[in-house]
Amino acid sequence: METFLFYVLGVVTLVSAMCVVFLRRPIHNALFMILTMIGLAGLFMVLHAEFIAMVQLIVYAGAVMVLFLFVIMLLNLERLKLPEDVQGLRRWFGILLAVGMACLVFPALRVVLPGGTAKAVSSGLLQNTDIIARELFTTYLLPFEITSVLLLSAIIGAVILARKRTKQREEG
Amino acid sequence: MVTLHHYLILSAMLFALGAIGVMFRRNLIVILMSLELMLNAVNLSFIALSRYQGSIEGQVFVLFIMVVAAAEVAVGLAIAVAIFRQRGTVNINDINLMKW
Repeated sequence: METFLFYVLGVVTLVSAMCVVFLRRPIHNALFMILTMIGLAGLFMVLHAEFIAMVQLIVYAGAVMVLFLFVIMLLNLERLKLPEDVQGLRRWFGILLAVGMACLVFPALRVVLPGGTAKAVSSGLLQNTDIIARELFTTYLLPFEITSVLLLSAIIGAVILARKRTKQREEG
Repeated sequence: MVTLHHYLILSAMLFALGAIGVMFRRNLIVILMSLELMLNAVNLSFIALSRYQGSIEGQVFVLFIMVVAAAEVAVGLAIAVAIFRQRGTVNINDINLMKW
């Protein structure tokens, strides 16, 4: 089972990484990057690093890639070379995907739909998180505090860099 | 049976792909994405080594790497936005002021 999962996830990760590097349009690169992150999170699960896998999903596949997509759409690098007939098939495909996604994630449907009867096994996750937290807050306490300073300086730097400098441009 | 070598080889391939992206793509944002790919390849080898050596330190390091990568992405994308405002492009062939 572990071998099977490794090969499936490894192939998914590698193929989507190739798409990240070799496809032309940045938006496709970003979307395949999300797939790469999800594949890597699955590999972390196989390696019994459950906490890191969840952090990978939330931080990378969630926050970082949303930031990438946001900047790509903000800069509008594609110059809108889309064909005119986007309204037809693509809209129905989108609606279908949205409904499927709602069925998948909407918890109210879980009540209606029959679910499995097995109990949730969370001891492994708790143990992994437990060990990491103990290490992080005892042995690696000083680096942990330093990363908070690093994040603060990154926030300040990003805000200052991306700020619109209208006054300077008028003067210069 | 999956051994440590499998994970290390996969990690090396991901890292090589990221390096190829950094070297051959000309779009600043795609270069940043390839950089993320390389960092993730390193994360994978850290986790695999942590699993097969039976120590938790690798996972703690991966957390720190993720923090650094998130900060790097935030600052890098802010630089990309600033450059785009200034020059109207993110093609690194056109951004050559500090190239020798």
